[in-house]
Amino acid sequence: MESKVEVWQGTLALMVLKTLETMGPQHGYGIARRIEQTSRNMLSLNYGTLYPALLKLEQEGAIAWEWGVSENNRRAKFYKLTRAGRRQLEREARDWAQATAILGRFLKPEGDPA
Amino acid sequence: MKRLRAWRMRIAGVFSRDRWNKEIAEEFESHLELQISDNLRAGMTAEEARREALMKMGGLVSAREAYRDRSTVPFLEHLASDLRFSVRQLRKRPGFAVTAVLVLALGIAASTAIFAFVDAALIQPIPYPRPATLMEVAERSTLFPLNDLSFPDFQDWRRYNTVFRSMDAFAGGAFLLSTKTGTEPVHAGRVSSGFFRTLGVSPLLGRDFSASEEAPGRNQVVMLSYAMWQQGFGGSRNVLGRRVVLSGDAYTVIGVLPEDFHFAPIGRVDFWSIIDPKGPCAIRRSCHDLFSIARLKDDVSIPSALANVTSIATQLERQYPDSNRGQSANVIPLAEAIAGEFRPILMVLMSGAALLLLIAYVNVASLILLRSEGRKREVAVRRALGASVQRLVSQCATEALVLVAAATVAGLLLANWTMQMLMTLIPAEKLSGMPFLLNLGLDTRVIGYAAGLALVAMILLTATPVLHFSFSEMRDGLAEGSRGSAGRAWRRIGSRLVVVELATAMVLLVGAALFGKSLYRLLHVDLGFRADHLASIEVGAPDKSYAKDQPRIALARDIVRRLEALPGVQSAALTTLLPVSYNGDTDWIRFVGRPYDGKHIEVDERDVSSEFFQTIGATLLRGRYFSDAEDESKPEVVIINETLARKYFPGEDPIGKQIGDTNLTPKSIKTIIGVVEDVREGTLDSEIWPAEYHPFNQDPSTYFSVLVRTSQKPEAVLTALGPAIQQIRRDIGVRGEATMEDFISNSMTAYLHRSSAWLVGGFAASALLLGIVGLYGVIAYSVSQRTREIGVRMALGAEHRSVYRLILREAGWLAILGIGIGAAGSITGAVFARKLLFGVHSWDLQSLVATAAMLVIASIAASFVPARRAASLNPMDALRAE
Repeated sequence: MESKVEVWQGTLALMVLKTLETMGPQHGYGIARRIEQTSRNMLSLNYGTLYPALLKLEQEGAIAWEWGVSENNRRAKFYKLTRAGRRQLEREARDWAQATAILGRFLKPEGDPA
Repeated sequence: MKRLRAWRMRIAGVFSRDRWNKEIAEEFESHLELQISDNLRAGMTAEEARREALMKMGGLVSAREAYRDRSTVPFLEHLASDLRFSVRQLRKRPGFAVTAVLVLALGIAASTAIFAFVDAALIQPIPYPRPATLMEVAERSTLFPLNDLSFPDFQDWRRYNTVFRSMDAFAGGAFLLSTKTGTEPVHAGRVSSGFFRTLGVSPLLGRDFSASEEAPGRNQVVMLSYAMWQQGFGGSRNVLGRRVVLSGDAYTVIGVLPEDFHFAPIGRVDFWSIIDPKGPCAIRRSCHDLFSIARLKDDVSIPSALANVTSIATQLERQYPDSNRGQSANVIPLAEAIAGEFRPILMVLMSGAALLLLIAYVNVASLILLRSEGRKREVAVRRALGASVQRLVSQCATEALVLVAAATVAGLLLANWTMQMLMTLIPAEKLSGMPFLLNLGLDTRVIGYAAGLALVAMILLTATPVLHFSFSEMRDGLAEGSRGSAGRAWRRIGSRLVVVELATAMVLLVGAALFGKSLYRLLHVDLGFRADHLASIEVGAPDKSYAKDQPRIALARDIVRRLEALPGVQSAALTTLLPVSYNGDTDWIRFVGRPYDGKHIEVDERDVSSEFFQTIGATLLRGRYFSDAEDESKPEVVIINETLARKYFPGEDPIGKQIGDTNLTPKSIKTIIGVVEDVREGTLDSEIWPAEYHPFNQDPSTYFSVLVRTSQKPEAVLTALGPAIQQIRRDIGVRGEATMEDFISNSMTAYLHRSSAWLVGGFAASALLLGIVGLYGVIAYSVSQRTREIGVRMALGAEHRSVYRLILREAGWLAILGIGIGAAGSITGAVFARKLLFGVHSWDLQSLVATAAMLVIASIAASFVPARRAASLNPMDALRAE
């Protein structure tokens, strides 16, 4: 069994926002599955931590939800991105790209030409 | 922003917990089902599919917990549940809760009420701008540090000083205001023109006095107080330029003062006028009737101002030795002049209240300790089950919060009531000189002070149980020998405190009893006349209309005739000064035909009408009363009182003897025609002075009091007296309608004794309550500590009676010690305070014994409760305890 990486602190919210942007309205289970699939199953997501993260995003106004019907015909909460959420996603994605670029340059083997 | 929004929603979440719980349950359920069906599709068995789904959730319970912590505010959740828990716990022991709240409320109330007075009188600056530079400037003589000035001296001081920006004089007084329906006396303020500018006060309406209006003939202008403007002139803006007639002179209204303006040294003022520089007193350098205020110039200190004014006074002393000998100057801050005299009494009251508060704190802490002792087991169990220390502390704090909040609310209500009660203890005449007390009440500063006291209580009541629990945990871990040492230490401290509390209560109770008894004796002192069914009214007729004796005598006769015609009035009479006023208005006499050594023989002198003695119900011992016909055309006669007769005519018949003034001028010689039993002319607590009574008709005046004897209740005729007199002439002033009994019980002396009795009584009742609660706390704690010992004794065959004896003996010792020390203290205190007592000895046995008995009974009651608990212990339970 290959070793899986734990979700880094603070990145789960970003993943949720990105997932909702790509997929449109989605329920919790769907979001979780999608995050795992996107990471090609390299990420170990504790589903129990997903819901508090969703709640936090909702309290901050980045996402909203409404009742809908799931694939197996049950009532489920469907989350979707709000306008504020979209802005937050753009900003955080840019920050993240910048941070990884800097870190990447840092960790390049020494003397390697850029 | 984002964070704010999140917090708002979380706080909202506290209140919609049920909805959250249902939603999350449903969401988790749907999640699980989706995953189970996915798992089934992947080929797992039903059992495996469910197990794997739950695993991925990381445990349903902790997932739900994590979600819930995020959905609300855990601290608030705990607080709410702690609050519910505390209230439930307190309701289980209502006795404890009520006692603790009551004791704390009492302490907070006493302190807060007294603080309100201290704040109003001492802390709040006087209500004028830059109060630190506002001074009172007065004369200083050897006897009086603050003496009033004469107008010429004031003018010289104002002209020659180099230290004041401005200096202005003021004095109080009275006017007779002519109104449409008659004449009424009003309060006057007389000032020099710059008075309000020196204070820094501008008129609300109209203008201030101008300097030119100090000139003679130009000073017929007045300013109104706000209250007079509202009540007398309907608050109309047209009041400016209106003419008013005051004591027969016409004045023009030029301004109205602001609503919140007051000037304590004069007290209530309705009309402000300018001092008349040509007035009968103002023209004489020896006539002192003014005080003055001044603004210091920048950078001038009080001592240098004093030096400057003193040098002017010294100069005047040299210039006018007749009038100014021995007259120096004094400069003190105005604030000090206003509130200085209240400082000692307020400080004493404040210390008393602080002591009560301290005792209250200690007592409530001891009650809490007692309760903690009983809850040790519960706390230990909860600790063992994993309750965090933080959680226990927060729970103790919550319980303290509930108690303190209830006590503070109760305390504030009680304080408000106490303030009103204290206000009624201040005589009305005194109160008008303390306008800063007018707005006394629960303002923000007073509530802030109470909140501060509550915070201290909060800390104390949280720390006590927390320390107790951590001590007892430590104790359990230590060796057997050290067990209970902390408890013993508390018992020792607690016992001493209780002795002090009981002694304090004893001293105050004895004090209250002595003052109460004084008051009773005072109000039942022999008056020498019958005060029941007697009413009085003061009359002032305008001097201009009644300049000669004949119209004055006619007026007096007219008044008596009209009042006697009123239904219910049996007789009416006049006197220049009502009985039970004061010893004063005296005459220096000399006896005809006896050697005279020049020493003053000072006697009270009253001018009374012919029916006076019959009307008040005095007793004639010898001779006869005056007749109405005795006026200046007849020989001068006099009636003396028994004290004068006994003192100056021992073993002689005074009838027919003659007295005169110190020079025996022929006109002053009068013949004694009668002796009456002593009528109390002075205050209730003063000794009887020799007194002489003249016929009013031989020396008639325009200012006097009228007394009427009634057949029914005297209250019934009060309202009829004034109108009946004013029917004669509208410009006769009347005031002070009162029954004689009210007049006596409202006299200053009675007020002082009544105030002392109530004040000391209030403190005493509080101290008694606190002392008893303290005693209960200590004894009950002791019982809780000795549970095992008592169990052993009972198991070995001790009877209930001996258990009672054991506990009551402990309480008895404390009570006896407290009462003993208290008795010694109260006798010492009463000896120091004996000047304040009337007709009661400092060692009044009745008061001492009654108070001691009361304390003994209260102590027994307080210790009986824990003693009964001890005696009803089941020995087996007691042995198993701890």
